[in-house]
Amino acid sequence: MTKKYTIRIRRYDPQTGKNWYDIHNIYAERRMTVLDALNQINEHERAGISYRSSCRMSICGSCGTIVNGKSVLMCNTFLKDLEDPVTIEPLRNFAIVKDLVVDTDAAMEKLRDALPYTTFSITKSRCESVQTPKQLEKIKQTSQCIKCMLCVSACPIYGLDYNFMGPAAAAIAYRYNKDSRDHVGEKRLDSLTGRNGVWKCNFVGECSNVCPKNVDPAGAIQKMKVMGVLHCIKSALKPKLKSKSKSKK
Amino acid sequence: MNPIKEHDILIIGGGGAGLRAALSAAQLDPKLSIAILSKVYPTRSHTVSAEGGCAAAVGKDDNIKNHAEDTIIGSDYLADQDAVEFFVKHCKEEILLLEKWGCPWSRSADGAIAVRAFGGMSKKRTVFAADRTGFFMLHNLFERTYLHPNIHRYNEWYVTKLFTDDKGVTGVMAIHQKEGEMQAFRAKAVIIATGGAGKMYKNSTNSVIKTGDGMYLAYDAGAALKDMEFVQFHPTALPKTGILITEAARGEGGYLINNKKERFLKDYVPEKMELGPRDMITRAIISEYRKGNGFNGPYGKYVELDIRHLGEKVINEKLPQIRELAIEFMHTDPVKMPIPVTPAQHYTMGGISTDIKGQTTVPGLFAAGETACVSINGANRLGSNSLAECLVFGAQAGKYAATHAQKNKVRSPSAGQIKTETGRIEKILTNEGNENPFKIRDEMQETMDHHAGIIKNEKSLSSGIEKIKHLQRQFTKIKINQNNTVFNGELITTLELAGMLKLAEITLLAASRRRESRGAHYRTDYPKRNDKKFLNHLLISKSGGIHMTPSIKTEPVTITKWQPRERKY
Repeated sequence: MTKKYTIRIRRYDPQTGKNWYDIHNIYAERRMTVLDALNQINEHERAGISYRSSCRMSICGSCGTIVNGKSVLMCNTFLKDLEDPVTIEPLRNFAIVKDLVVDTDAAMEKLRDALPYTTFSITKSRCESVQTPKQLEKIKQTSQCIKCMLCVSACPIYGLDYNFMGPAAAAIAYRYNKDSRDHVGEKRLDSLTGRNGVWKCNFVGECSNVCPKNVDPAGAIQKMKVMGVLHCIKSALKPKLKSKSKSKK
Repeated sequence: MNPIKEHDILIIGGGGAGLRAALSAAQLDPKLSIAILSKVYPTRSHTVSAEGGCAAAVGKDDNIKNHAEDTIIGSDYLADQDAVEFFVKHCKEEILLLEKWGCPWSRSADGAIAVRAFGGMSKKRTVFAADRTGFFMLHNLFERTYLHPNIHRYNEWYVTKLFTDDKGVTGVMAIHQKEGEMQAFRAKAVIIATGGAGKMYKNSTNSVIKTGDGMYLAYDAGAALKDMEFVQFHPTALPKTGILITEAARGEGGYLINNKKERFLKDYVPEKMELGPRDMITRAIISEYRKGNGFNGPYGKYVELDIRHLGEKVINEKLPQIRELAIEFMHTDPVKMPIPVTPAQHYTMGGISTDIKGQTTVPGLFAAGETACVSINGANRLGSNSLAECLVFGAQAGKYAATHAQKNKVRSPSAGQIKTETGRIEKILTNEGNENPFKIRDEMQETMDHHAGIIKNEKSLSSGIEKIKHLQRQFTKIKINQNNTVFNGELITTLELAGMLKLAEITLLAASRRRESRGAHYRTDYPKRNDKKFLNHLLISKSGGIHMTPSIKTEPVTITKWQPRERKY
């Protein structure tokens, strides 16, 4: 059983600067996804629409777009669940490269501020660090981030201020800060509570609403604000404590 | 044309093996300039889809000898045993290294790294991170690259050519998709880590990006390919989409059931049942279909994978992604209903021939991961050995490419070579034909599904070769409609297709040459293994032009401790 859908695709040609909507009719069976529909339009009608895709099983994070106004992955969004006509547009808050392909380089580069690694500088390891299931639980949610950038697209702050590190980098920072094997915490908190860090977030929470993996970046940011306050108090007290102990000597 | 860019090491591919290679080289020498060229963002690489786990003998009751033996028997004695011994020796340290880097391995109650059972493994030795092991490993490795200022990333650059001179590899040509421009690179060493060629097949668990690009680049540059006839079919994928349902579902205790409500594997691998090796279980399913014991669904025959008895808690804790995938893509909740599954192409055991240093037959050219063939997988890979292979041999390729780069001076590809390659791409873009590249790709995939599938014979193989040759001729009349060079999907598909059409021919040719049945290579006309004639690798290299029939030679399998005997489970 197939049903007819009208697919409207936002196009952009960087060579001419032209913007328009392509309209295609498609007959879809129950299990056709938005990604399947685009593939079919490109392969059968040779529409030449540019978009990203890879795994088609909602784990690689390539195919984020705005479908009927919502930030989604196209590969796990089924036509049968959508209202007709189906409108596909590029993610927001990014420069459009071509059609549905947006430039996420700068947002990916912001991961750098998250210091997304532990400090172990070893090249070989023969011993095992114990990590209890309880400790693992602390990083379980935030380590699910697939870097699809839907949260960044949904973030109203990032839309106004590109200097903000954004929810994806913040969630990843939280994940490493909470890792029992990490020792870089203090330095990372300096970076996170800096000028472009978590304080810019005013907790709209859209990032968590659109996350396809329930990472809850908004929650992670709020927790980091608390960590940040404690960190600030600690670093403000530290020199005094040090000087006290010195004066005692 | 922009001026040539220079790095010490170029790594093509940013999946598990490529990133591990980059980290290995960067640690060895922080002064080396290392570039990763990936046709997608590294986090979109197919490693991300690996689910079940990564093998290493870390359990208290386990040792590397057991791991080696299982791997060699699993390979149906085609693996090189010295390579397997090296591999098993280094798996554990790689697991522990990633553990220090923050990879969230699943834990047992005491906080030790947990292991689970997997097919063909005699002990529990599959280390895992829920059932998203590849995802966690890939992201952990990717994030780690931010620590090294000498690792440069070229995201979404598609490599079209390896340049060589009489001393070896000199550089590459790549398309910068975002700018729609071509760019030449020179380097002292090049590592290929582009994964397998699963998208030669339609019915495959692989991502659309798994198009064997690196294998073709290496072949074109004169490197030998090895064991290309060995293609693995995973027993449990979702019908229609081919989405993988991990072997861990059976490792944790899941059952495979036919339409008679029987655990039919009792008739095929009675001692191992659901934990038998992939090649045997896949053939068992096909045999059940032929007996009329399969279920009939809208997308063909299937059997059922039942994990209901594991209970919701275990499923949520150890197999959360399987539940998510079954619900999302099959509208089936495995807590309440069995999952319909059927075999699909999964892995290419063959690939670019390398030694244990990752060195190919071309000086300065290295390869690691699925794209390479060391060989540790032989005729049938055991599940969870491939993630470990990416780590162990990724690290090796990085290390030896770095050593090579330290010892050698950079040489440039010639202006003539660069001009020829630019001309080739321009000609494809402006070719005045009438053939649709997507249609040729579909026909190639259907041909491979039918002629180079789970069960083969001479008649189907030779007619398969004829069909592929016909498609190769059609390919010369291809027409690209998309004229904008920025993110030109038709151009990339066409370039991928050019390579796959050659790799498909090579796969069929090698399968036809191997007149025996071994591991995943099963022929009805030669149903027995023949060690007298075929206990050897088939090495395939370019002979004359790229359009000529390749040359095939044999190389003996290295046997150290394990003499071939009948493979029975």
